Amino acid sequence: MPLLWYLRDEISFTGTKFGCGMALCGACTVHLNGDPVRSCQMPVGDVGDRQITTIEAMSSDRIGKAVQDAWIAEQVPQCGYCQSGQIMSATALLRVKAAPSDEDIDAALSGNICRCATYRRIRTAVHKAAQELR
Amino acid sequence: MRRLRMMIAADTASQRSMQASRRQVLAGLGGFIIALGMGGRLAHAAAIEKDAGFVPNVFIRVAHDGHVKVISSYLEMGQGTFTGLATMAAEELDVGIDQVTVEAAPADLAYANPKFGIQGTGGSTAMAGAWDKMRPAAATARAMLLTAAGKRWRVPVEQLTVERGVVHHVASGRSAGYGDFVDAAMRMAVPTTVEVKKPDQYRLLGRPGTRRIDVAAKVDGSAIYTQDQKLPDMLVAVMAHPPKLWGKVAAVDAEAALAVPGVVAVVEVPGDDDVQGGVAVLARNTWVAMRGRDALNIRWDGTKAPRIDTAEMAKRFEDLSKTPGRVALTRGKILTDRPSGGTTIEAIYHQPFLAHAPMEPMNCLVHIEGDRCTIWNGEQNHTIDQVNAAKELGIPTDHVAINQLYAGGSFGRRANPRSDFVREAVRIAREARKKGIGVPIKMVWMREDDMRMTQYRPQTVHNAVIQLDGDGKIASWHHRIVGASFTKVTAPDGIDHMLLEGIEDMPYAIPNLRLEQHNPEDTYVPTQWLRSVGHTHSAFVGETLIDEAARAAKADPYQYRRAMLLKGDPRQLGVLDLVAQRSGWGRPLAEGADGTRRARGIALQQAFGTYVAQVVEVSLHQDGSYAVDRVYCSVDCGTVINPDIVMAQIEGGTGFGLSFLRQAITIKDGAVQQGNFNDYPVLRMDAMPPVEVSIIPSTAKPTGVGEPGVPLIAPAVVNAIASLTGKSIHALPLPAEIEL
Ligand code: FES
Ligand code: FES
Repeated sequence: MPLLWYLRDEISFTGTKFGCGMALCGACTVHLNGDPVRSCQMPVGDVGDRQITTIEAMSSDRIGKAVQDAWIAEQVPQCGYCQSGQIMSATALLRVKAAPSDEDIDAALSGNICRCATYRRIRTAVHKAAQELR
Repeated sequence: MRRLRMMIAADTASQRSMQASRRQVLAGLGGFIIALGMGGRLAHAAAIEKDAGFVPNVFIRVAHDGHVKVISSYLEMGQGTFTGLATMAAEELDVGIDQVTVEAAPADLAYANPKFGIQGTGGSTAMAGAWDKMRPAAATARAMLLTAAGKRWRVPVEQLTVERGVVHHVASGRSAGYGDFVDAAMRMAVPTTVEVKKPDQYRLLGRPGTRRIDVAAKVDGSAIYTQDQKLPDMLVAVMAHPPKLWGKVAAVDAEAALAVPGVVAVVEVPGDDDVQGGVAVLARNTWVAMRGRDALNIRWDGTKAPRIDTAEMAKRFEDLSKTPGRVALTRGKILTDRPSGGTTIEAIYHQPFLAHAPMEPMNCLVHIEGDRCTIWNGEQNHTIDQVNAAKELGIPTDHVAINQLYAGGSFGRRANPRSDFVREAVRIAREARKKGIGVPIKMVWMREDDMRMTQYRPQTVHNAVIQLDGDGKIASWHHRIVGASFTKVTAPDGIDHMLLEGIEDMPYAIPNLRLEQHNPEDTYVPTQWLRSVGHTHSAFVGETLIDEAARAAKADPYQYRRAMLLKGDPRQLGVLDLVAQRSGWGRPLAEGADGTRRARGIALQQAFGTYVAQVVEVSLHQDGSYAVDRVYCSVDCGTVINPDIVMAQIEGGTGFGLSFLRQAITIKDGAVQQGNFNDYPVLRMDAMPPVEVSIIPSTAKPTGVGEPGVPLIAPAVVNAIASLTGKSIHALPLPAEIEL
């Protein structure tokens, strides 16, 4: 069973979303030992003893919290359905790159679709979170 | 309340914060289940609810602790609707927006959309509709609470002031919160007339800084969408839909599917002219249901499936466009001969079917108990879905209760006039019951179902013949539109005005105009409105044709529009001039590197009462690829309720419309050829330009902003490209490489 469905259906961590099931949209992004992965493609049996972190834990993660706060400050979400995945991708980016450029952000987040097209605010919010963390 | 407790018990998430916020959502649901049990009269029902507080009308409740609850008859699908309603209520009640929560209304005609006569969300109508309902509702509540305060303190109401829900009588130094007057207000007669605030009294309306009330839950994963809703013993249903539209099941061999551990049942779901149907696999979780679906052995009967072919359809539509259609509008007499010294523009436009593709694929949770049915859904079309669900089950309409959840986008999709996916979900539950399965069932469409078995923005052909006189002015415009109707329902005059909007109300002074329509009824492709409806295709045609006329007249497209604009509509001119000024129209643009050429494009449209003008800056590279570098947008949506939400919607709408440059749903031998985001491209972050939005201050009645941001970007971009190549573009999607 893909990790996505295990999280959502078996242990009711529904913050991680289903959007495409084919690694095309990023809605299902979680962290595997801190790295962003598409949980729809990750068999739960392959996780082993690595640590899975979901959106539900971001408020107790220093970077994740800063990202969430920036998302609120910039009023990013519209329908909101993609935003868990966006925040997970952004948090993973800031973990490895404290001051990302626009290009870094594009590269890290272009796998995350937002049909409401909140992209510009996402980008502004990532910069803002980076600044707050410095 | 029993159901409410059950739902909470079902919540097995270990995160406490998550549970708390779910409880808030579910507590809301508990309220309206009871409300429906009371025949849908919410005010009455709420009054018997324990501690419902003061319920002056169906929109407002004030609790004993002074907390204000606003009942939304509209869906929050991303457009900030809940926040807009809360702002209006908070303004009139003189409370902070943080003292207000919004709860979704049950399906009830008491909540009918004033524009539609049914309860539904769409057409960018929520703010306009609420303007005359929510504000008086809140003002009434305030008036009654103040009357109660005045009586108790024996002071004239005029001497009372309110701040953040606390009533003050300055002269006597008395203060008390609204909550203290709830009981007294409840016993009062509802006044028949109240005054709402004047613009100079606004503290919140139109002021920056009011944050959306749904954002916190949307950044920590706690917002509940249909996809997330769970009930005890719930099963998930995944559909095997016919490979071709309208194909039917000939035979099912369910053995292998039933052998998948966790699969509970396989249910045949009859299709008809509205619902595709197929075979549903019911399982304990989504993944098992998916595996069961894949293990099904189905023989499909394709003989009844029409041989839909969109390429053939395009040819047929084009042929049809050369024949007279039903006349929708005629003004003066169209010229068949070119005026002397003039120019003739002849253009045939092709635009494809489009899918809505919201991030949350369609889904719907249904529980049938006895002769009652409860639905959990990102509900956009309450009373129609309620009626249709009741029909499916042969039960009275008021035996169907609908709980509205957040929708992960919709763009119109969740308001299907025939309730297609809701009925499919109800049908699954109905058929399952025949097999003795009475538990709640959540139908979950995969992305492929949502792309291949959905409802599409109609494919169209436009055929226009424009005669310019010797001065380059438009002397005559003959226009035909061929396309299946958006709703299969046309007006009594036989005209589908949704298909024509944007063309039939072009803002230009055209002395001789004739507009005809062909509505081929035999396309067999399910169609439905998509965000900004007729404007999704008409703005592209109308606004690129105006540019083509300007080019033929060797005129600047901004000045040409200005000169051609109908007199007497200053709002058109207002947005057009503002966007030209903001974008530096007419000033030279910096050239790109490596032979990249750059240009601006402009477009103008009034949609749903909101006026928008756009200027884009486009780079056209030597290899024919292009990029949209920057977008300027001006908007006049009457009174602004929340400027930040207006900006977000215009920006988001622009991004949504940018995808049209690349998208097409094509159908071959009845089968939709796209299935997921790999073959149905959507805008991604790297292609999203900055969008600068300028809002025109206004005290006119507010109009919507969810849709009007969508239609202009495609024509504006194409106008910029055509101004560089000199070649007109009459089809969407654009080719990967533009012909230089
Ligand atoms: S659901 Fe996993 S990437 Fe889309
Ligand atoms: S906010 Fe709606 S899809 Fe991103």
